Amino acid sequence: MSAHADTLDHDDHGHHHKETFVTKYIFSQDHKMIAKQYLITGTIMGVIGVIMSLMIRMQIAWPEEPNVIFEALLGKWAPGGVMDADIYLALVTIHGTIMVFFVLTAGLSGTFSNLLIPLQIGARDMASGFLNMLSYWMFFLSSVIMILSLFVEAGPAAAGWTIYPPLSALPMAQGGSGMGMTLWLVSMAIFIASSLLGSLNYIVTVINLRTKGMSMTRLPLTIWAFLVTAIIGVVSFPVLLSAALLLIMDRTFGTSFFLSDIFIQGEVLHYQGGSPVLFEHLFWFLGHPEVYIVILPAMGIVSEIIATNSRKPIFGYRAMVAAILAIAFLSTIVWGHHMFVSGMNPFLGSVFTFTTLLIAIPSAIKAFNWITTIWKGNLQLNPAMLFSIGLVSTFITGGLTGIILGDSALDINVHDTYFVIAHFHLVMGISALYGMFAGIYHWFPKMFKRMLNKNLGYIHFWITAICAYGVFFPMHFIGMAGLPRRYYTNSNFPLFDDLQNVNVVITIFAIIGGIAQLVFLWNFFYSIFYGKKTVQNPWRSNTLEWTAPIKHIHGNWEGEIPHVHRWAYDYSKPGHDEDFVPQNIPLKEGEEELQH
Amino acid sequence: MTALLTIIVLVFITIAIWQMVKIFDLANANKENSQIATDKDNQVNGYLMLGFLAFIYIITIVCIVKWGDLPLLSNSASEHGPKVDNLMIISFALLFFVQTVTQFLLYYFAFKYKGEKGKKAVFYADNDKLEFIWTIIPTIVLAGLIIYGLFTWSDIMFIEEDEDTIVIELYAQQFNWKARYAGEDNVLGKANVRLINLDNANILGVDESDPYAQDDIITTELHLPVGRPVLFKMRSQDVLHSAYMPHFRAQMNCVPGMITQFGFTPTVTTTNMRLTSQMIDKVANINRIRTEKSKALIAKGEEALERYEFDYLLLCNKICGKSHYNMQMKIIVESQEDYDAWISEQKLFKNSLVQN
Repeated sequence: MSAHADTLDHDDHGHHHKETFVTKYIFSQDHKMIAKQYLITGTIMGVIGVIMSLMIRMQIAWPEEPNVIFEALLGKWAPGGVMDADIYLALVTIHGTIMVFFVLTAGLSGTFSNLLIPLQIGARDMASGFLNMLSYWMFFLSSVIMILSLFVEAGPAAAGWTIYPPLSALPMAQGGSGMGMTLWLVSMAIFIASSLLGSLNYIVTVINLRTKGMSMTRLPLTIWAFLVTAIIGVVSFPVLLSAALLLIMDRTFGTSFFLSDIFIQGEVLHYQGGSPVLFEHLFWFLGHPEVYIVILPAMGIVSEIIATNSRKPIFGYRAMVAAILAIAFLSTIVWGHHMFVSGMNPFLGSVFTFTTLLIAIPSAIKAFNWITTIWKGNLQLNPAMLFSIGLVSTFITGGLTGIILGDSALDINVHDTYFVIAHFHLVMGISALYGMFAGIYHWFPKMFKRMLNKNLGYIHFWITAICAYGVFFPMHFIGMAGLPRRYYTNSNFPLFDDLQNVNVVITIFAIIGGIAQLVFLWNFFYSIFYGKKTVQNPWRSNTLEWTAPIKHIHGNWEGEIPHVHRWAYDYSKPGHDEDFVPQNIPLKEGEEELQH
Repeated sequence: MTALLTIIVLVFITIAIWQMVKIFDLANANKENSQIATDKDNQVNGYLMLGFLAFIYIITIVCIVKWGDLPLLSNSASEHGPKVDNLMIISFALLFFVQTVTQFLLYYFAFKYKGEKGKKAVFYADNDKLEFIWTIIPTIVLAGLIIYGLFTWSDIMFIEEDEDTIVIELYAQQFNWKARYAGEDNVLGKANVRLINLDNANILGVDESDPYAQDDIITTELHLPVGRPVLFKMRSQDVLHSAYMPHFRAQMNCVPGMITQFGFTPTVTTTNMRLTSQMIDKVANINRIRTEKSKALIAKGEEALERYEFDYLLLCNKICGKSHYNMQMKIIVESQEDYDAWISEQKLFKNSLVQN
């Protein structure tokens, strides 16, 4: 039997190579270890990103007051505790970059795709363990470079995370556009390479290495989400890479891809014929799909967790898959809604309004299906479930305002105001973060063989949930009052004086929410070592990862890989004693499988 | 100082929470400790779900009552403004309805169906009819919004220039705005940054040999006659900027190397806008805040803040460097007579050049 031979082969494999500390913990090719590496690197980047956001918020709330925290953390950039205007823009830029790419792309997708793809489809490992290792280490390198760029003499990149030229291209336009921007571009180029290696690996693994019986229609929604995310990444990340390379050429070799007719600091520059609008097109061709690269894995995770903890099948599996595919397709043809007032032809604006608002349809289907899944369930309100419900909630609140921003006529007025900040933080920032937290609480036992403390989890969720709304709900209102984003202080506009108290309220919520994350960090690192030992299948879940032994072994399963006989959502199926039926349990005599 | 104190207080709150958890843990020490939700956890969190639903509704109501007097939703000062506001209000009404209902369903179900030992969930995996309904309803509603939105957008963006239209160039540089009026002939002279000559004060790079340029007028304040369509031609000399005029529902980026445009017709003069009841309230409120701030400043030995009087503003709304937060220009909408009087006092381009 071929399956049997396969098993033996792997056992032999295990015996021949004694793993050293370096091959096991550092240059590991095992997907479970790589997942943990991604998670911990992402968490560290997340801490840095959150600290930056708190400094930004404190600056907005109390712009004139010296702040010891600024003095301690920013050094020469905050003489006497008063923040420099350039470093404010740098904080905004690096906060955005770190959170979007390093935390919510690599940290979220990297962690859970790596952990779950082989375990849930029944594979021994990723298609290429070596590429997988390479992918992590390139991500690590790009993180290091991004952090190093914070210590550049003239300051880190400060042109916003969208790095629109000419501001990002001309060192004389801004201190951060010198060495800081060079490092930013180098870091991102490496990051993109890492992301592409990872994505290709995920795609190949899901297509080729599914265990016997794991047809595409029996895949858990997590895997569907990871697969489609990887495809979007492969399609769109190279475009950002090319934009970054062209920008590097403009900066270093004097080409004119994005620059033309510039007079700055008393002299005319030689650039002729380029267009910043071209850069905007290239940037957002990735930039928009990027938000789905961030949110789809979170949605996949949440679909799985909601079904498991509701003890009910996910409602409308086929529609959920179709919605993921529709979102993925639409995400590549809506980028122009970031550019309604960029100066592009207004006719294009009409087209992008049309395609953008269409995305609301698959999004609505997903939200309704989640709610229906909860309906008449037997909800096990574990911390992971709370965060999943939280995601559905913030995704609805944040997603709805997208209908305003996607409408070109309305966007004229709220473009680049705090309304936008409130919208995307809720719909992709907070939602994806909730998805990530949900995933961590749910699969922590699989990763670290121990459980997270649930009471700390509850406290973490409820404080975070209140603060997330406390921060971002009022923010819509200051945006609707016309307050532009990325202003170091609003005190030059008496017109906005009446919004200052709102900003203080927001900042206080943000600080409390930030501190609440310490509860999580403590729980996380403490439980890795001292948490309660897990049982085989703590959440009584159907998916294959819970059939693998608790102890991590190379190749995931001793002996034969389990075969799959049903979809992942046979929860509370009539005719079974237990309220869950794992995928590897054969159909009973006379039992019918749902057709999907 | 306030910031520091706040932070210290918050740290104490954290410690307090931490201690509470410990007590909670100790109380549970001898009981089952699997870290998996028990019936009691489900109960507690189920009620918290209801509480949180209430929190969302309360924060919505508080925000609307306290800050819902939105300058971007009413009191627009341009001809197309009310159309945009209408669309905005319709969209918002729809959003609030959907938000209220869906959040209710989500949290109420989370409360109602909280788990109990021995209970079994309903095996309910599919219902094509139901899914068809919630696919088709959003589709119809969105189709309506898209069509309405596109008509409004076309109305605003596809500008038909006629003889009555005033052509004005908005010129952006780090970190200020200039306006160039086309003058008697209503045609802007050619310009390019390569023609900038700081020695003779040709700061906008206007073509000195172009006959159309001679009567152009460059100003640092934007005056507009009420009721006349204005067409802005926008240029930037260095980086991207964005000309944002919120009261007129107008915004367009200024892009180096190309000329962008936006047009509107101002409908309310600055004086009349100051007299609207909404604006009187707003300005009074702002001045109350500024007086309080001034007291604190005087106590510290600093100068008091000036009293605020409302003016239309042009703000930079695209990150453009260090002083992005202070790149603004005053806009004054006035009667045709006042406008004519003002513009006749301004220097023509040909007279503004310094002769060497």
